[in-house]
Amino acid sequence: MFRKNKLVLHLYAKLLLIRKVEEAIIKVYPTDVIQSPVHLSIGQEAVAVGVCDLLEREDWISNSCRCHATYLAKGGDLNKMFAELYGKKTGCAAGKAGSMHLVDKDNGVLGASAIIGSNISICAGVALKLKLQTKAQQQKNLVVAFFGDGATEEGTFTETINFAAIHKLPIIFICENNGLAIHSPLKKRWANLDICKRVQSYGIKTYKVTDGNIFKIRNAAKKAIYKIKKYNAGPIFIECNIYRYLEHVGIRDDHHEDYRNIFEYEKWQKRDAVKKLENMLSPKEVVKIKLDINAKIKSAIEFAKNSPAPNEVDFYKNIYA
Amino acid sequence: MPKYINTKYVDALRGAFIFALQNDQNVILFGLDVDDHKGIQGSTLGLQKIFGAERVFSTPMAEDSMTGVAIGAALAGLRPIHVHIRMDFMLLCMNQLVNMAAKISYMYDGAFKVPLVVRAMIGRSWGQGAQHSQALHSLFMHIPGLKVVAPSNAYDAKGLMLSAIKDDNPVIFIEHRLLYDMQMLLPENYYEVAFGRGRIVTCGNDITIVAVSHMVVEATRAHMHLLSIGISAEIIDPISLKPLDIDLIINSARKTKRLLVVDNAWLTCGLAAEIIALVAENLNEEAAKIKYARLGFAETPCPTAKVLENQFYPSEISITKKAYHMVTENILQNWKHAKIAHSEIDAFRGPF
Repeated sequence: MFRKNKLVLHLYAKLLLIRKVEEAIIKVYPTDVIQSPVHLSIGQEAVAVGVCDLLEREDWISNSCRCHATYLAKGGDLNKMFAELYGKKTGCAAGKAGSMHLVDKDNGVLGASAIIGSNISICAGVALKLKLQTKAQQQKNLVVAFFGDGATEEGTFTETINFAAIHKLPIIFICENNGLAIHSPLKKRWANLDICKRVQSYGIKTYKVTDGNIFKIRNAAKKAIYKIKKYNAGPIFIECNIYRYLEHVGIRDDHHEDYRNIFEYEKWQKRDAVKKLENMLSPKEVVKIKLDINAKIKSAIEFAKNSPAPNEVDFYKNIYA
Repeated sequence: MPKYINTKYVDALRGAFIFALQNDQNVILFGLDVDDHKGIQGSTLGLQKIFGAERVFSTPMAEDSMTGVAIGAALAGLRPIHVHIRMDFMLLCMNQLVNMAAKISYMYDGAFKVPLVVRAMIGRSWGQGAQHSQALHSLFMHIPGLKVVAPSNAYDAKGLMLSAIKDDNPVIFIEHRLLYDMQMLLPENYYEVAFGRGRIVTCGNDITIVAVSHMVVEATRAHMHLLSIGISAEIIDPISLKPLDIDLIINSARKTKRLLVVDNAWLTCGLAAEIIALVAENLNEEAAKIKYARLGFAETPCPTAKVLENQFYPSEISITKKAYHMVTENILQNWKHAKIAHSEIDAFRGPF
């Protein structure tokens, strides 16, 4: 019981950090301190936290431009994230990347691509390097490629899972299936809704979590990580159904638009991982975590505000290595 | 004193791969068919046997994702060489090369680099046709973050390949198939040819002819024709297209007052236009005293029939005529030129 509570506390703190960071973004966004598109992950945090929780710092992740949750879940630096969103020199990419391309090499975040699906093959390349450098029986580290359901329609998804299967790469493919590619629902885009079955036909082991339950997601990731690190059993594919609470890009709730289903939203709100875990903790525990997170965010925003803007030298720096 | 050996362009490339694979465990080489019995026209023949299937391997026919794999491998610390047997196939890799490879160093402010060589074979003759012959260097030159080179001889091919593999940036390495069998004496040892340095192939005073890739061969033959009619042409091989040794070209154009750029590509928005614009911009009022002209592919897709294909490309004849006109302001008439028997163009018989 005690150990279970410890895990809940730990996961809740991670989930809440992401939720509160994005709520803080929503709060400041109308003031134009962040002058770039933001693709918020609110509602989808359970996948990022569930999968990243058991990764080591030396494992790698990458995502599409909806990357705040995975960046933070993997241990990405919060100060550098806000500074990046604010377009500051102290940002994780000196203000040249912004919200859509959060990167933290020290914490295993490879970056993120605004060209949906393009990060998947790059992750496979990183996995190829990890495989080549590991001559021993056991795979020391692995790569996790996050992407949405839309990305699986890109040719590169199919090309990459095929290549990864041929070379038995140490990679986990995580499909965050929120059922929407911008505003297009799955039924307009997939002739066969069973993506796991499609992926299995490439000789790849798959797991599926349909209800957004963070413990189930974490468990699937745990099995996948173990199989790859212990038995070189990569690649592995995990599909997680999940729900995007807000509009594709921006800070609004757009359930009044005709492409969304309010009943679906209500169903997923009942599954909300942040609320669910909060209910498993004592009010005292919750308050302590909330205070701690609020302080962190406040200090990160101060850091971003007080940081210098990039200058003429930064402008022309690193076009070439 | 290095030992000099008569070496074909293709063997110079293969020699470079052997050096690179031997010297650095992080170098890997892959692409469709690199390990088959033809070995990319011989340039990768036997390398898998020497260096193992983990470092030299054939890929699925998935140019886009294999480019992504190369980029990922590169940013994780490997030095991949990705091979395309036709440059036309690189249009399937544009997303990864333009949106990802070219952006990573800048967008992540130097956190990651992409030491990647992409080999792009271009071709001509034996009816390669519209989709197996294109030289698309201008497309790639347009993109900050990419480097583009097009060596025209075995010496530069080897030295530049070794530089490209050592470079920390994505390099598009353009190889013309008609050059593959051409031989020259070159050092057997390891050496590098620097990026951004062109070469004066022949010295001359009457006209500067900048020629790219296989056009260096045509321009050098034109140089002989021009000499026979009393014109001395300075032929410049830029070797490296981006970065480009524009100073070498500017200095020559200032001397000869005539600049003809012969590209192995179409002219619209191309390298030839870029070179002339750079010269004109850099010389200010002096620019007006220089005559400029361009030669390149006909503004059509490349036709297959030999009789049409021959009209599609600039040739030693069209270069000679153009240069003659620029120097004398007359049209070259009643000219009896020596017939070039069995040039590399006629000698090429495919079928691949």
